[in-house]
Amino acid sequence: MANTQAMTTSFMGELMTATHNFGTAPVRGTSATDSFKAALYLTTATYNASTTAYSATGEVSGTNYTAGGVAVTFGTPPTATNSSTTAGVAFVTPSASITYTPVTLATAFDAVLIYNSTQSNKAVSVHTFGSQTITAGTFTLTMPANTTAAALLRIATT
Amino acid sequence: MAMVTTTKGEMDESLLEKKEGSVDNDNEYTTWVEYWLDGELVHRSAHVALKKNVSSAVEAASFN
Repeated sequence: MANTQAMTTSFMGELMTATHNFGTAPVRGTSATDSFKAALYLTTATYNASTTAYSATGEVSGTNYTAGGVAVTFGTPPTATNSSTTAGVAFVTPSASITYTPVTLATAFDAVLIYNSTQSNKAVSVHTFGSQTITAGTFTLTMPANTTAAALLRIATT
Repeated sequence: MAMVTTTKGEMDESLLEKKEGSVDNDNEYTTWVEYWLDGELVHRSAHVALKKNVSSAVEAASFN
C-alpha cells in the first residue's frame, strides 16, 4: 500500500453542490438545487471566461424572446467518478434541451450563457456555435451525453 | 397537409419553398430549415447539438 497525492474526486463533485467554502460565500437559505437559465448573445458580444454574471448587454432580442432567456433543467445531480488513484472527474449536464420557440431573432447570435438565477445571476459557462438567425421558428440546443467525457460541465484532475 | 408557422401566420407547407442544411464539425452538429414565399424568408428554425463541453482542470500541489 502507498499513499498517492491527489485532489479527491469527491471534492470535485462537492464543488458542484457548494459543499466547501474556502472564503466568503453567499448564505444559502436552502439545500435545494439552484435555478439556472440560458441567455443567447449576439455575434458582436464578448462573453467568455471572464464573464462573471448575466448581463443584458449584447443579448439577443426579438419576438417572444424574454430578456434573461429560458430555464435550464438539471434533473440529474452532479456525478464524481475516479478514473485512477490520481485522477477523476466531476460532471453535470442539463437533462433537457434548451428551446426557444416560437421566436424571431433577426440579428445573428452565436453563444449561450448558462447562469445561476438563484445566486445573483452568477455565470456558469459560455458555449458557442455557428452564427444563427431564427424567423418565426424554433431554436434548440441539444445537450451532449451526461458522461465523463462528454458532459457539458466538467471538473477534472490533470 | 403540414402547416408551418411563418411570419405571415400558419401556412400550408406545399405553398412554400423549403431549404435545409446542416453543419457538422468538432464543436456542433447543426441542422436548419427555411421556408421561403415569393423570395421572402418566412420561417427559419435551427437545432444545434453541442459536442464540445467546457472543462476545468484542477491539481493538488506537492509539498516537495
